[in-house]
Amino acid sequence: MIEGLIGGLFNGISIGAVLLIVALGLAIVFGLMGVINLAHGELMMLGAYTTYVVQNGFKAMGESALNFYIFAALPLSFLVAALVGLALERGVIRYLYGRPLETLLATWGVSLILRQFVRSVNWAMIVGLVVLCGLFFGGRWVLQRSQRQVAGWMTAVLLTLSVAIAVAVGLLLNQNAGVAFSRPWFSARNVDVTPPTWLRGGLALGTTLQFPYARLFIIVLTIACLAGVYWFLQRSAWGLRIRAVTQNRSMSACLGIPTEQVDALTFALGSGLAGIAGCAVTLLGSVGPNLGSNYIVDAFMVVVVGGVGKLVGSIVAALVIGIVTYLVGSGTLALLFTSAEGLQPLAAFFTFFATTSMAKVMVFALIITFLQFKPAGMFPQKGRTVEA
Amino acid sequence: MSAKILDIENVTVSFDGFKALNNLNFNMDEGELRVIIGPNGAGKTTFLDVITGKVQPTEGKARFKGKDLSQRPEHEIARLGIGRKFQTPRVYLNLTPRENLELSCNRHKNVIATLFKQLSSAERRTIGGLLETIGLETKADVPAALLSHGEKQWLEIGMLVAQSPDLLLVDEPVAGLTDEETEKTGKLLMSLAESHSIVVIEHDMEFVRQIARQVTVLHQGSVLCEGTMSEVQNDPRVIEVYLGAQEEEV
Amino acid sequence: MATDTFVRPKKGRQAHQRLLVEVGLVIAIALVLILVIPAVVSGFRLGLLGRFLALAIVALGIDLIWGFTGLLSLGHGIFFALGGYALAMYLQINTLGDGELPEFFSLYGVTELPWFWQPFYSLPFTLLAVFIIPAVVAGVLGYLVFRNRIRGVYFSILTQAALVVFFNFFNGQQELINGTNGLKTDTSTFLGVEVGSSSAQFNFYILTVVFLALAYALCRWLTSGRFGRMLIAIRDDENRMRFSGYDPTGFKVLVFAVSGAIAGIAGALYTVQSGIVSPQYMDIAFSIEMVIWVAVGGRATLVGAILGAVFVNLGRSLLSESFPEIWLFFQGALFLLVVTALPDGVVGWLRYRLSDRFRRWFGRSRSVVTPPLLELDPDVGAEKREAIDKR
Ligand SMILES: Nc1ncnc2c1ncn2[C@@H]1O[C@H](COP(=O)(O)OP(=O)(O)O)[C@@H](O)[C@H]1O
Ligand SMILES: [Mg+2]
Repeated sequence: MIEGLIGGLFNGISIGAVLLIVALGLAIVFGLMGVINLAHGELMMLGAYTTYVVQNGFKAMGESALNFYIFAALPLSFLVAALVGLALERGVIRYLYGRPLETLLATWGVSLILRQFVRSVNWAMIVGLVVLCGLFFGGRWVLQRSQRQVAGWMTAVLLTLSVAIAVAVGLLLNQNAGVAFSRPWFSARNVDVTPPTWLRGGLALGTTLQFPYARLFIIVLTIACLAGVYWFLQRSAWGLRIRAVTQNRSMSACLGIPTEQVDALTFALGSGLAGIAGCAVTLLGSVGPNLGSNYIVDAFMVVVVGGVGKLVGSIVAALVIGIVTYLVGSGTLALLFTSAEGLQPLAAFFTFFATTSMAKVMVFALIITFLQFKPAGMFPQKGRTVEA
Repeated sequence: MSAKILDIENVTVSFDGFKALNNLNFNMDEGELRVIIGPNGAGKTTFLDVITGKVQPTEGKARFKGKDLSQRPEHEIARLGIGRKFQTPRVYLNLTPRENLELSCNRHKNVIATLFKQLSSAERRTIGGLLETIGLETKADVPAALLSHGEKQWLEIGMLVAQSPDLLLVDEPVAGLTDEETEKTGKLLMSLAESHSIVVIEHDMEFVRQIARQVTVLHQGSVLCEGTMSEVQNDPRVIEVYLGAQEEEV
Repeated sequence: MATDTFVRPKKGRQAHQRLLVEVGLVIAIALVLILVIPAVVSGFRLGLLGRFLALAIVALGIDLIWGFTGLLSLGHGIFFALGGYALAMYLQINTLGDGELPEFFSLYGVTELPWFWQPFYSLPFTLLAVFIIPAVVAGVLGYLVFRNRIRGVYFSILTQAALVVFFNFFNGQQELINGTNGLKTDTSTFLGVEVGSSSAQFNFYILTVVFLALAYALCRWLTSGRFGRMLIAIRDDENRMRFSGYDPTGFKVLVFAVSGAIAGIAGALYTVQSGIVSPQYMDIAFSIEMVIWVAVGGRATLVGAILGAVFVNLGRSLLSESFPEIWLFFQGALFLLVVTALPDGVVGWLRYRLSDRFRRWFGRSRSVVTPPLLELDPDVGAEKREAIDKR
């Protein structure tokens, strides 16, 4: 009985840890900046693919090196996702601050593009992209030099031209430059990342309990990320600026805080954390273009239930949701009631929900019920600004 | 006690320990025009929030015509006959002034009535009259977003009147208006006061002098003193916390 | 932005005339769609058009709640699929002889029709269920969310979560609703005609046009007049309404339910024309796509919603026939473009462009476009508004 309880708790916590590490970036981007980033899952997916690439690189270096790929993969996933996030913020989101619904739609567009990107990326496309960026930014630079004010239509024409040329170059290369250019980087099917040997197997406790190392690793990683984020926000100079800007943007600007840089940094941080989450989930399953969409909705639920803008809320919510999901989904609850005599209907009820997908149904019902009592989440933000 | 239209008893509003209202006692008679002044952050807006149900008092009770207001949602309180103008004008920007007024003027506020009931001609006349009163006839059919700040202020006052409440709560009606507009607003409020009970919150001393009979001074969430304008102005405590700080302006 | 999308209380006769013209136009277009188009396009293309028109019906529903009321639902796939499932199940169980069950039930060892499917033997019940069930689901979900004043993006996220949940439920319940495989309708018979036959399909096409016109009329009625102004007031500043004595919850629940009902009808029409209903209709992507149709066409313009749905889907079928992989890039770009460069959609943009030109001809000044500031509480959002004003 005790062992079952500990096992259940462990599994719940490990589900919660995955949720939390995914939700952490969201909690920052959504909680601190009020930006709904539906491409968060795709940033995760990029992190996962980065891990895959890094692992292949290490494979080339030999078996002994392979065991440590993950330590290179983590920072690199962070970096890749953060850079893409940065580009996203500078290119799109900053024009949409204060319009959350529009941001939501725009980031969904980005997520579609990213998903298709990993499916069809090849060298021809990369060259095309480089040409596009070169032409567009080069052209804009020239325009800004020569014109006092760059009119909107000029940018539009420039963009159209650059896109047209880039697409043409990409297509030409794709068709004529041989297989090196036209072969997609990643296969259309899901790819697998093999965890290092020291993360296979698990820690045995007693006779029946087994804590998989991969899960333990994710729990530790989540704690490390939390500590890192906490330290960064509470103790570093930039963290202070971030908190200042979230509380009062115009006042912060008056005090000389570069709010635009702060926005970009906050967003990059949140995106980078998505990358780390992506790296972490490679330990649990295969990697595919749709990897992110499996997690994103749950992660949003964590943030909403926890209370937007509060890290501690996300932590508690992730753990609670994780544990409840496990207890319902694994049938532990149903089992509990089967043993009791008079509770057969209850047992039948919980058996009905005892699959992973049905557990989601139950958890959602619980969340909606919960929101009836605490509409702003477990740890609501206070003050006038939340009333909006 | 029953003659009091508004009766606030020992109300405290605490935001995480910060007391925006602190043991506030306040009451006013039917038909009275009361001006509330007080330095920034004194809790004036919060005071209106408590009456209109936007904020629940942590302690104490607010009564309107003897009815307890706590636990009632905002729209019920509004239906009891309390109308409010916000500090920054809040009108529906994508509706025209006429439509804004219609919306407030409507007596039947449930969903079904809104779907099936047409505007009565009496209501239409009221609205026409109101548009004239607030000087927006020429702009009656452009979106309210295109109105100037002062026009929005007036439109909101108009909406308040259209609602025909028994008690009008007016938060800083002349903030951002020119002197001329201010004076007109003052006249409008005075004429409204003939048939309504009104609470006006204002900073502009000139304006307060124009309309005030009874003045209540709020400071740090409680009533500092109450009386006529000259009494209040000569009260040393008021001079210290409020007028003293702004003497040059007054 | 939406200011001239509903009729102003014009002086009696004028308003009356405009209404007549509009009714005439709608009927004329419907007649063209029913009489002329089938004569000029092939059966396959006609089927495609029929499906797009069914999607245009959902787009109307989305426009009603998003364009006019400011509620962005990402979960309309639920209502769409519910309508489809209701009709599909009716078709399945009524095609069989007495006591027989659809094939898939026997695969999972179900010998008796589950109780909740029993009423679907009846045609009147089914026809009501097609829109009442989605409306009730939408109403309940809406009530639970709106009564707590959960709004804006939170509402969007919750509807999306609800969508995922319904997807999981339908996907997981093999023995009750055939899970992933969904329900096929092609070989069933409806009133004695095989659903997949070309004559039945043509009738469904006509039915779709009729329902599109009806849905348009309903939305038009709701968005004009007093109720419509109420919707816009909700979009502009719903909290302000409370202080005028209105409770926005009821209004929001009602429009959400109506919008769900419209989506249910659309789903049923789409199902019979595409031959299957499956949990795929509750794919996250599909529900967000519905929003983009409206955005492309022009939110808060009903015509825009219809045109957007038809043309985006036309573009999709053209593009994805020849280059499937480009479609996603294209769609993504469409999202970005519409949101950043064309927030009023094509119809909205045209309307201001054209109306400005007319105004100039008559020597009037340009009209000014004012985007609704949905999420901002003027009492507190001044700082955010400044940020927007700066742009
Ligand atoms: N929702 C809230 N949360 C926290 N503090 C608040 C809230 N509303 C008001 N306050 C605080 O209460 C005090 C009184 O505010 P207010 O009533 O607006 O003052 P006034 O209108 O007199 O200038 C201010 O210090 C303000 O910051
Ligand atoms: Mg104030």
